[in-house]
Amino acid sequence: MKRRAIAVALLLALGSAGCSGESKPRRTITVFAAASLTDAFTAEAAAYEKQSGVHVRFSFAGSQDLVAQLNQGAPADAVATADTATLGKLTVKLAGASATFARNRLVIVTAPGNPKHIETPADLTRRGIVVVLAEPSVPAGKYATQALQAADVTVHPRSLEDNVRGVLTKVELGEADAGIVYVTDAKAAGAKVGAVALPTSPIATYPAAALDASGQGFVDFLISVAGQRILAQHGFLPPQ
Amino acid sequence: MKTTRPPLSLATAAVVGVAFLLLPLAALLDRTPWHALPRLLTSTSALTALRLSIECSLGALALSLAVGVPLAWLLARVEFPGKSLLRAAVTLPLVLPPVVGGVALLLAFGRNGVVPLSLSFTTWGAILAEAFVALPFLVLAVEGALLAVDERYDDVAATLGSNTTRTFFRVTLPLVLPALAAGSALAWARALGEFGATITFAGNLPGSTQTLPLDVYLTLQDNPDAAIALSTLLLALSLMVLVAMRSRWRLTR
Repeated sequence: MKRRAIAVALLLALGSAGCSGESKPRRTITVFAAASLTDAFTAEAAAYEKQSGVHVRFSFAGSQDLVAQLNQGAPADAVATADTATLGKLTVKLAGASATFARNRLVIVTAPGNPKHIETPADLTRRGIVVVLAEPSVPAGKYATQALQAADVTVHPRSLEDNVRGVLTKVELGEADAGIVYVTDAKAAGAKVGAVALPTSPIATYPAAALDASGQGFVDFLISVAGQRILAQHGFLPPQ
Repeated sequence: MKTTRPPLSLATAAVVGVAFLLLPLAALLDRTPWHALPRLLTSTSALTALRLSIECSLGALALSLAVGVPLAWLLARVEFPGKSLLRAAVTLPLVLPPVVGGVALLLAFGRNGVVPLSLSFTTWGAILAEAFVALPFLVLAVEGALLAVDERYDDVAATLGSNTTRTFFRVTLPLVLPALAAGSALAWARALGEFGATITFAGNLPGSTQTLPLDVYLTLQDNPDAAIALSTLLLALSLMVLVAMRSRWRLTR
């Protein structure tokens, strides 16, 4: 019995030793990134790892969710959000200035071939059209609200998803007739959705910031020529 | 019961276990903004979510009672091939990740579902999601009680001329009432706390599918104080269920 107690104490001691900080550059970094960056950043990470040998693992979620988690002490080396306002709510110290690395626009997505003939924002208000948007606290939801206001239409969404990819999924599954997502999301979904232009869309601005020295390398890579090429391939607009 | 002095190592581990379970709840209470609680819990969004949660959880309980009690009776009283398989299937939602339940419900009752009832994004969808995870609690509680009740009561009622349905409602059901109440309380509490299946299947819209747990999750992202206040409310409701069940449990002793 005593021996087992000693073993438990030993395990606890080992556990706490493993938690103590290391200061040398890490071989694996953690990046918190907006859900709309899922495909582009996965490609960025592969290219960055090839170049630097640093492995990047991601937590993709709604920007507002990521910032809330970081403010609660979640460990990350860098963060990228879908708007500057959300990043501004970060209360933890940044390792350097944030950098805008991409811009984006919104688009209406429908079932492939647009069977419900949704051509304009006003069509989203038609009876029987199930529309799903992102929550207003999610950047994509905020931008969608602005776009609909600019188009002077009032849409009654059937669900408010907590990240933009949730909107895309609901349209892909056919649970919703239409949703508003980024151009890049529609591109990532390919033939699984149809896309209708949303002329009143504001331009979404994506800033990234490093939270420590290990994360700065990835942020720098995003704004490098190689990093920008990957973002362009995924349909993102250049930062300026 | 014999009182034994527990060995030190066991007692230590047990104390760690208790602390592990209670510390987070104590932290929640410690961080609860008590002075702002009335304001936070009476905000329009909180009241909307609370009302919807009560409606949906009671709806889920009603649904569970309507199909769960007959199901429990079937499992306890009727012999048929594949019964153990059926019992396993009924228990499955208990161990299934709720989000998987949500995906399954979407594929079954969504617009393109096997049974295209278009229940996604509706309050009925939220009720269904809650019932899906709550039903096993009720069935298992009632089935256990039915198995413990002497079947000869039923036989006596039959010899006195009562038909099966009448016997079920007048003899069998009253005998398992305490278990039915306990199972109902558990099922209701589980329905009230349902999150994964609801957000996956029913979506998230204030007033129609955004129940309290969804509200807590989403509010935590921009107003932690309000989310903590709602969490404390849910904790209080859970404690009420436990207290109610404890007195019920005493009655059966």
